[in-house]
Amino acid sequence: MKKLEKLSSIKDLSEAPISNVPSLNQKTGTWRVFRPEIDKDKCIKCSICWRCCPDISIDVDEEGFPIINYDYCKGCGICAHECPKTAIRMEREGK
Amino acid sequence: MKRAGIPTEEFIYSGHTACPGCGAMLVARYLLKVLGKNTIMNIPACCFAAIPGTFPDTCLGIPLLYNAFETTAATASGIEAALKIKGKKEKITVVGFAGDGGTADIGIQALSGAIERGHEIMYVCYDNEAYMNTGMQTSSLTPMGATTTTNPVGKHGGWKTRKKKNMMEIVAAHNIPYAATVNPSYPMDFIKKIEKAKSIKGPSYIHAYSVCPTGWRYQPEIGLEIGRLATETGIFPLYEFENDTYTINYKKKTKQVIEYYKLQGRFRHLPEDFVKEVQRVIDKEWQRLQDKEECSHR
Amino acid sequence: MVKKIMTGDIAAAWGARLSKAEVIAAYPITPQTIIVEKIAQFISDGELKAEYLHMESEHSAMAACIAASHTGARTFTATSSQGLVLMHELLHWASGARIPVVMANVNRALAPPWNVWVEHTDMMSQRDTGWVQFYAESNQEVLDTIIMSYKLCEDKEIQLPVMVGLDAFYLSHTSEIVDIPDQDSVDKFLPQYTPMYPLDIEDPLSIGSLSMPHQWYSEFRYKIQEAMDRVIPKLNQIEEDFYNEFGRRYTGPLELYNTDGAEVVLIVSGAAAGTIKETVDIFRKKGIKVGLIRLRMFRPFPSEELNKALSKASFVGVIDRSFSFGHEGAIFSELKASLYGAKHSPLIKNFILGIGGRDITIDTISRVYDNCFNCLKNNKIDNPVEWVDIKV
Repeated sequence: MKKLEKLSSIKDLSEAPISNVPSLNQKTGTWRVFRPEIDKDKCIKCSICWRCCPDISIDVDEEGFPIINYDYCKGCGICAHECPKTAIRMEREGK
Repeated sequence: MKRAGIPTEEFIYSGHTACPGCGAMLVARYLLKVLGKNTIMNIPACCFAAIPGTFPDTCLGIPLLYNAFETTAATASGIEAALKIKGKKEKITVVGFAGDGGTADIGIQALSGAIERGHEIMYVCYDNEAYMNTGMQTSSLTPMGATTTTNPVGKHGGWKTRKKKNMMEIVAAHNIPYAATVNPSYPMDFIKKIEKAKSIKGPSYIHAYSVCPTGWRYQPEIGLEIGRLATETGIFPLYEFENDTYTINYKKKTKQVIEYYKLQGRFRHLPEDFVKEVQRVIDKEWQRLQDKEECSHR
Repeated sequence: MVKKIMTGDIAAAWGARLSKAEVIAAYPITPQTIIVEKIAQFISDGELKAEYLHMESEHSAMAACIAASHTGARTFTATSSQGLVLMHELLHWASGARIPVVMANVNRALAPPWNVWVEHTDMMSQRDTGWVQFYAESNQEVLDTIIMSYKLCEDKEIQLPVMVGLDAFYLSHTSEIVDIPDQDSVDKFLPQYTPMYPLDIEDPLSIGSLSMPHQWYSEFRYKIQEAMDRVIPKLNQIEEDFYNEFGRRYTGPLELYNTDGAEVVLIVSGAAAGTIKETVDIFRKKGIKVGLIRLRMFRPFPSEELNKALSKASFVGVIDRSFSFGHEGAIFSELKASLYGAKHSPLIKNFILGIGGRDITIDTISRVYDNCFNCLKNNKIDNPVEWVDIKV
């Protein structure tokens, strides 16, 4: 089914309320008060941070290091708290 | 492919509107990692009904049907029956995903009927222990001692003193083929149980512990630590019920309930003697669970 | 084509069977029980390939039907009275979701006090739910209308659920001769069901999510009315196709009986129309110009058709076999609204009859017609809303 984007009038709508546009267009990173910063020197590439992110905003690069997707990260801090090597620091946004 | 012990593929998009640190999101994320693409999910009124976003956005990469509050298990039954009659049920998992209120209160009649009819559906209750979506009101799965917006602490107590309903026992009494408790703080155990539930040719019930920073009043970063304490204190034991047999998966009960309570604002008001009473109740229930395990394995 | 003697309940079960309903989710309630029992028998005997769900309540039954329909199965259910009103939340859900479901409702009075006999309040009180509503007069009509309802509700321009009402006991448990169309002809008439927005793992959709005040909730609700506006023309088309295939003619939302030249016309829904037709014949033999309009479809309300049919009548007696407490009979209210501003405005009176299954006889109707003529003579309505036959 065609994605229901750029809706401007009743004519653009589906007949019933059907959603098929991925929520990726909502950049929830703007919610953040604290941002996680990775210290690659301490990181042991265990990927536990990737595993425990409720916003699926941590990815893992080819070397195995985590990459934070700041477009969506809400700054909950679970990754920092769960990191076995305290390699993630929560820094206040705007610094 | 696996990473840190769990499958890598995702079926949820970022950009959803869950609270920072939402436990239900981790439940859904791990659940779908196991169930995969061949899944149809239905969801009632609950946090997760609002989380995917507003029309026309969605955060789910699998087909999703929203249903009325009471009807999660009845809706899953209807989906399963239609797939069956069309000869398509074989490779598709039907999963009803509801909160504690939608399972143990308003949704319990439908759940009871669906299990009795033996539909091949998975029912997952993500238990954040109150009606969180509507503002943290008491549900029958709110634990004893917790304060909520309809059990507010006032001049004369007011917090919930009644015990939680035991949903695992209720579904066990229906002779369900498989039921299990899961906790995102124990992801490998979580994944294993979903895999088992997925293979059941009949109804299965998963009771998922779901931390809620907004309702339980704690800083979101300690969510998974609270989850670990829930299991280590025996408040949320990890166990399975399969073919009339109980199996406890995490056999250590090493912490006292006060450790769990200390970290959450919803328990801050509790006097010492109440905490002692809760400890007694938890100890007794843990003993009973161990007895059930022993008895059923004989 | 086979003619059999059967009750309305059995006819409804045949309607579901011939339409090849695939998922039947139902809960028993008198006097609907024979419908679901017969369907269960059809399935047990291998004469209908369907999933029968023994639901734990009517509310769950409608939920399962809606879900099954979303998934691609043709669904059927049946209920009555308490069961119908229990489903109320989900009746709104089915129309809001624009999901085709066909339901037979055996019209029965509401409790308390308990009463299992015919009354239309159960279905009348659901008139806002966005369902197409039919009231049948005969068992043949029950069977035929169920088949036509599938063709109507599954049409991509309609996509609205349909309920077919049959009077408790007068139709549900009374035997009449019914022509059972043959399966091949029904298969030709009724194509296979494909949902508009299926639950499909290859093309995932989220169906029914949150929608805001500023966009687009109002528009979705407006679309429901737009679909309702397309129902009557679509029904006329379907009835034409039905006549061509099966040789039985239906006349859209209204059935006109001797309305040509009628001074006094009564309007009624349901099986009581039979008794009124007998009375019309008796009066007409005496040269008294009376007629009857049987309201076959209540939703969408056929304003245009009614206005046209009443354009020469001097007096209209609206019989409501139900009541909207705090006001008056529903058909009465809606007819007056239809005629507001029309070029021709007859005198109109409301007769509340047959509540809780109280019998409507030729004598009752004769007195109603006499009363109408009296009012007409005095050019004055004696009592705008009269509960006839209440033991005062």
